[in-house]
Amino acid sequence: MLAETLKRFMSHACWLAASLAILFIQPALAQDKPYFVTYSHDLEEPGNLEIETKTALARPEGGNRYGATAMELEYGTRAWWTTELYLDGQATGDDSTVFTGWRLENRIRPLMRDHAVNPVFYVEYENTSGADKTILEVVGHDGQADLAGPNGELRKEHQHEAELKLILSSNVRDWNISENFITEKNLGHDPWEFGYAVGATRPLRSAASGRECAFCAEKFIAGAEAYGGLGDTFALTMRDTSHYIAPLIGWQLPKGARLSFSPGFGLTSTSLARVYRVGLAFEFEQVGHWFHGAAGRNSSQGGAE
Amino acid sequence: MRRRSFASLFILLTATFALAASSSRWQHVPAKDHARTNPLAGDSAAIAAGANVYGEHCQQCHKADAMGDGHKRPALRSERIRTASDGDIEWFLRQGDLAHGMPSWSSLPEAQRWQLVAYLRSIQ
Repeated sequence: MLAETLKRFMSHACWLAASLAILFIQPALAQDKPYFVTYSHDLEEPGNLEIETKTALARPEGGNRYGATAMELEYGTRAWWTTELYLDGQATGDDSTVFTGWRLENRIRPLMRDHAVNPVFYVEYENTSGADKTILEVVGHDGQADLAGPNGELRKEHQHEAELKLILSSNVRDWNISENFITEKNLGHDPWEFGYAVGATRPLRSAASGRECAFCAEKFIAGAEAYGGLGDTFALTMRDTSHYIAPLIGWQLPKGARLSFSPGFGLTSTSLARVYRVGLAFEFEQVGHWFHGAAGRNSSQGGAE
Repeated sequence: MRRRSFASLFILLTATFALAASSSRWQHVPAKDHARTNPLAGDSAAIAAGANVYGEHCQQCHKADAMGDGHKRPALRSERIRTASDGDIEWFLRQGDLAHGMPSWSSLPEAQRWQLVAYLRSIQ
């Protein structure tokens, strides 16, 4: 049953990603980090569009196995501003496959130069249901019990949330070291919740090869991230909070594709014991030019009239 | 007579601003960075690798022939690049110019930035 629902959900997500990929012609390559929860100060190149699926596979205690996917559409609005739309869904074994909502986020670099520590402001609006299991962040007293209920019950909870992050990130030699401070507020009634994410990555080889290759060491980036909740304004305590540590590996594939994998391990009894994450991304270059071109053509047509 | 004076003044001011703009890019480079030399300068393997890095990250804006689009994406076969030191170019790659659309490439390993500098030198 799980295999069937998961297969159906994944096939829909992959078909959508592939269909969008076919629409575009020129793929681009990016030196993106394989983080799943942590953000670095890398933004999308202006005019580029990245389509990525981030899938989390886990089994909460007392619940059924599930696979939850967030499809991310990330666009470089400016060199200092990236905007993203997420579409979330999940399939739970012996239960159902559901669409769980959407998120809109913006990341802005306030400083125009590279510094030892680079701040990025992150602002997100989430409109999801309680059945969302993508675990793109852990805040407050989030725990595996939140993921164990039947979808029919979980969907009744409406998460109408604002999320703010302060991203601090440094490139030291060939390492990237990033720290995120997270605060989230359900705009309905809940308290402010806090969380963190930290990570470090490095390419397996610094220098590029003189020939084009898919399996060269510089195409692989490895590292680790840790993330968890820090309580909320009602109970600012580490008690009953979830924390995870997760090794990461990313592989820059030819034709603008990127594959990443991360097994995460829960560090407290509130955490999931294990969560496996898989990411698949395609980046398309200078998509913005299509619209600029269309606007230019329209305006010139308007002028001719 | 008066019109000719205005035209001369306009040309003089335009030339002054153009000269200032072409040299100002490197005036911000710290002396320490300006003085750095490319450890891979002239290395043919580094140039070939730099060409790959260029194809992956720079070509989409600056075009395969590095001549840009003649508008916002400047040509990289230019006097500005020829007159810059290796350190100037590496510094600029690392910093970018976010306000004018050039991303920071500090996320690239330093070795790849030097490979890119070697490639850019080879195509001048």
